[in-house]
Amino acid sequence: MRFALLAALALLTTPVSAHDYKIGDLSVDHPFAYETAKTAMAGGGYMEITNTGDVADRLIAVEGDYPRVEIHTMEMDGDVAKMVHLPDGLEIGPGETVSLAPGGFHVMFMGLNGRPFVDGDTIPVTLVFENAGRLEIEFSVEPRAAEGGMDHSKHNMNN
Amino acid sequence: MRIYEIAGAAFLAGGLVAAGLTILPSDPYRDCRTERIAGLDELGGPFALMTETGALITDAKLFERPALVYFGYTFCPDICPLDNGRNAVAVDILAEQGVDVQPVFVSLDPKRDTLERLADYTDAFHDDLLGLTGRPDQIAGAAKAYGVLYDVPETDDEFYLVDHSTHTYIVMPGNRVVDIIRREDGPEDAARKVGCYLSNSA
Repeated sequence: MRFALLAALALLTTPVSAHDYKIGDLSVDHPFAYETAKTAMAGGGYMEITNTGDVADRLIAVEGDYPRVEIHTMEMDGDVAKMVHLPDGLEIGPGETVSLAPGGFHVMFMGLNGRPFVDGDTIPVTLVFENAGRLEIEFSVEPRAAEGGMDHSKHNMNN
Repeated sequence: MRIYEIAGAAFLAGGLVAAGLTILPSDPYRDCRTERIAGLDELGGPFALMTETGALITDAKLFERPALVYFGYTFCPDICPLDNGRNAVAVDILAEQGVDVQPVFVSLDPKRDTLERLADYTDAFHDDLLGLTGRPDQIAGAAKAYGVLYDVPETDDEFYLVDHSTHTYIVMPGNRVVDIIRREDGPEDAARKVGCYLSNSA
C-alpha cells in the first residue's frame, strides 16, 4: 500500500503528458488545479517553474478571469496554518526550479462564484514575469482523489 | 557524599520505574501513543452545533461512534482540501478493514460557509463527511473545547483568509480525544493511528 502511494505520488510530480510552456529561459511544467465543489468560492493552482538562464526572474502576477487571482504561500505557526499573500511575487533564481505544490506556494483563485473547477476543464491564465514578460498557459483541472493513491473509480470526487 | 548521590539516583530511577509500572498498564492505548501533548485527554468538552442540514447536534449525539474531527473553512483552497482529502482516504482505508469512523468538518467561517456550501463542500470529499457550523459563539465554544486556534479577521474584504489549527482530532465514543493527526501524516499514517486506538479499545 505504501509503495502504491509512493508510486502515485511519483506519478503526480511527473508530467504525464506534454503540458509544458516556455518563454525565454523559463519553462513552466504541469500547471494544474484540483477540482472543487460546485459552490466553492476558492481554488488553488500549482505548477513548476524552471529558470535555465543566468539571471533571476520573478513571477509578479497571475491574471485570470476571476475576481481575484493571487500568489500565496502557506506558513505554519505551531499547528496553525496561515495563508500569506506574496505581493512581490515569487523569485525564480538562475538554475532553479520553484515548485508551486499543495501545502506550499500556490496560485489562489478567489470568487469562483458559480464557476467551479471541473475535472477535465482548463483554466486559461497569463503568467506575468518581471523579465521574461507575459506567458499564456492553461491549468488543467484534475481530480483530488489521486493524491491519496486511491483508485479514482473507488473514491470519486464528483458529486 | 557520592554514595548518597548514587543511592538517591537509584531510588529516583526505581521510583520512576515503579510509577511507570503502575501507570502504564492502566493506559490501554499505550502502544498507540504518538503524541506527547500535555492535556490531550482534557480536550473535547461539550458543544452544540448545527449540521449541514440545519439540525442541532451535540457532542453526546455526534460521538456515538469514533470520529475524526477537523476545523477549517470552505474558502481555504490549499490546506483544508488536503487535510479533508487525507482524512477521507483514511476513512476509506479503515472501512476496508471493517472499521467504521465518522469524518467531521467544523466550519470556522459561518458568515461565508452557508449550509448549502458546507453540504456541497463536504460531499465533494466523502459521502460520510459531516459538516458542522453554528453561531460564532457556538463555534468558538467548540474550538475552545478542542484547543483549536483560529482568527477570522474583521474586514470588508469578501475574500478574507482564516488562520487556523490544522490538527485532526481522533475522538472516541464519549467525546474522548485520544490523539491527533498532524499535517504531515498521510492517509496510511492516519488510518494506522486510528486503527490502533480502535483495536485497543475495550
